[in-house]
Amino acid sequence: MANMSNVLGLIFANMHELVVTDLTKNRAMASVPFGARYRLIDFPLSNMVNSGINTIGIVTKSNYQSLLDHVGSGDEWDLSRKNGGLHFLPPYSNEITGLYRGRLEALVGVRNFIEKADANYVVMSDCDCVANLDFKKLVDFHEEKGADITVVYGKKDFTAEQTKTRTIFKVDDNNEVYDVLVRPEISGTFDASMNIFVMSKDFVLNIINSAASRNLYSFEVDVLQHRLKEFKVYGYEFTSYYAQIDGIRAYYQANMELMDRNNRKALFNFDDPIYTKVRDEAPAKYGLEAAVKNSMIADGCIIEGTVENSVLFRGVKIGKGAVVKNCILMQDTEVGDKCELNYVISDKNVIVGNYRSIGGTIDYPVFVNKGSTV
Amino acid sequence: MNHVKKECVAMLLAGGQGSRLYALTQNMAKPAVPYGGKYRIIDFPLSNCVNSGIDTVGVLTQYQPLVLNEYIGNGHPWGLDRVHGGVHVLPPYETASGKSWYTGTANAIYQNISFIDRYNPEYVAVLSGDHIYKMDYSKMLDFHKKKNAEATIAVLEVPWEEAPRFGIMTADEEGTITEFAEKPKEPKSNLASMGVYIFTWSTLKRHLIANENDEGATKDFGKNIIPAMLDEGSKLVAYHFDAYWKDVGTIDSLWEANMDCLDPNVPLDLYDPKWKIYSRNPVMPPHYAGANSKIENSMVAEGCDIEGETDFSVLFDGVVIEEGAKVRYSIVMPNTVIKKGAVVEYSIIGEECTIGEGAHIGERPENVENRDEWGVAVIGNHINISDKVVISPKAMISQDV
Repeated sequence: MANMSNVLGLIFANMHELVVTDLTKNRAMASVPFGARYRLIDFPLSNMVNSGINTIGIVTKSNYQSLLDHVGSGDEWDLSRKNGGLHFLPPYSNEITGLYRGRLEALVGVRNFIEKADANYVVMSDCDCVANLDFKKLVDFHEEKGADITVVYGKKDFTAEQTKTRTIFKVDDNNEVYDVLVRPEISGTFDASMNIFVMSKDFVLNIINSAASRNLYSFEVDVLQHRLKEFKVYGYEFTSYYAQIDGIRAYYQANMELMDRNNRKALFNFDDPIYTKVRDEAPAKYGLEAAVKNSMIADGCIIEGTVENSVLFRGVKIGKGAVVKNCILMQDTEVGDKCELNYVISDKNVIVGNYRSIGGTIDYPVFVNKGSTV
Repeated sequence: MNHVKKECVAMLLAGGQGSRLYALTQNMAKPAVPYGGKYRIIDFPLSNCVNSGIDTVGVLTQYQPLVLNEYIGNGHPWGLDRVHGGVHVLPPYETASGKSWYTGTANAIYQNISFIDRYNPEYVAVLSGDHIYKMDYSKMLDFHKKKNAEATIAVLEVPWEEAPRFGIMTADEEGTITEFAEKPKEPKSNLASMGVYIFTWSTLKRHLIANENDEGATKDFGKNIIPAMLDEGSKLVAYHFDAYWKDVGTIDSLWEANMDCLDPNVPLDLYDPKWKIYSRNPVMPPHYAGANSKIENSMVAEGCDIEGETDFSVLFDGVVIEEGAKVRYSIVMPNTVIKKGAVVEYSIIGEECTIGEGAHIGERPENVENRDEWGVAVIGNHINISDKVVISPKAMISQDV
């Protein structure tokens, strides 16, 4: 059984930003709002904490102001510690590293942090997966298999469009990975990477050193694909509910999937809670003519209209007679009286004046930029 | 150990038993009673302190302190985990001379003179931990300084017929208090003390010591300290407060105070970003309003899962209302489950209860013939009510039915 206090967690805050450019214009992938009160980083960060990992580095590249604001000293995750705790790892941390091109190069940039860590293993996660995952089980699997690298995957149906951004594994009956396809653009049922990996600290330092000396930057291509024969790479299948954000449509759908009680049960349970920054809002308030159905509502909302099949973040206000359907309205969005909104994603602090009507479709929800007034 | 000097230290009296809340205060002091969907009563004076710039607070506990101790913890939720000052829970303790329990409000402060002296303050605010109100103590402190007073007592005008329940001040045109009467049968004024005092520390300290040495005294602010200061000719002034203030000492007033949260005409704004009421936030997902839910005129906290109906109610975090269940004019505390088809009306349901399928708790006043028999029904904490059980209005349930 793995001793999780010997495990270092690394979270890559900026990977996959290009798949949801609307949402990442002013923020890192890690701080993309999700599920009425969370940011995407809350999931890997809480999972690591719940698994007993108490030293975590957040590898950032750009746009990390909102992330710094969200995570703070890490005390909401109980990571404000004397030993270990939370560490921000921005680029340009030493004179030879700068903005990295890929995961491998990012690791080169944080080599000193990994070297100094009192750890036997390193677990890495991106912020594109919404899941409640026990990293302890993963490290146990890694130890039991005697793997050099353990990759986490989920089995799902994909279109060619979707696999354009994915890494696909072929895994044999003994859980060993025998082929790796990077962004293959094919359709079918595949074992797709959840962008979560486990390696020993020594192994990570070895691949960092050889990558640095050869100017290699992609972990998926230069390590998993090109050196697959050389290493023991095992696949760990995650079988519980998860959502992977690989585009705005997936983002929309993942939010809507929270309406399913089973999905909520898989993501949010009493023993392994998902932590987030608290905002000290009063509970949500429903007015005289409020009519809300099949929706997730965060605290601080004041609802006086109709809301259906929607996700309302903290502090959203819905005016009298307004009808909001199939929408995701982020923090402090204000919808005026008698508005009609259908298939709209509003970023933070959007104000929609009285009597306005905005409509998109399930395939093309209308996106309203942060802070704009409609 | 010497501390950085603080201009004003607050002492919060949080030992009140709240005996008229019966089942709800069996295992917690009154300031720990839940209110408003996510708060405990003590969140109000604590948040007022922080928002008023007071960062050193002593919380005096005595009756059932466990819940309160755990809740306050290191003060982090209120930003009171400070390098200098912060919040300190101060239970009674034994000394070489054998003293222990707090025998009165003044004695409680007396026993903590050394705590206050460590910060060498000019002023001490003595606050009751039982009331719901938003107040800027810094303005009151400015008033105290401007008036050059030894004590400033916050007062509000109450209806004359209610005046005999309060400590009543008589003040001249300048606001200087000329007379003080604790619960007078025939009040001369309707200016009631809110249980919020600011004292010049050196004066208060002298009176606390004198009061302690007076064997016959009851060691109480209203009965001893204030009258003694008046006798001595110290300057005591009344500070008028005219915003929302509520004492939640009884079941009815606790129920009313929660209903006030739902009334847009009641001037208690819990959504003001400039004067937030801080509390220990539950770690729960947002609440879910189900496909057939009907939620009106209600406050709903995080983690609730509502498939049934709720109207004019306050639901704390993690409350589940199953399909076909109806909750009206009620307060439901954390993690309670209202099963299918159950009806809850004019009730206060404690934490972690289960109300069985088809059960009926409480009753509308108009459905009760003899109005004297009507009242808010109360189910204590951790109670299971079996399927189809009927609990009459005004009932006080403290064991499973």
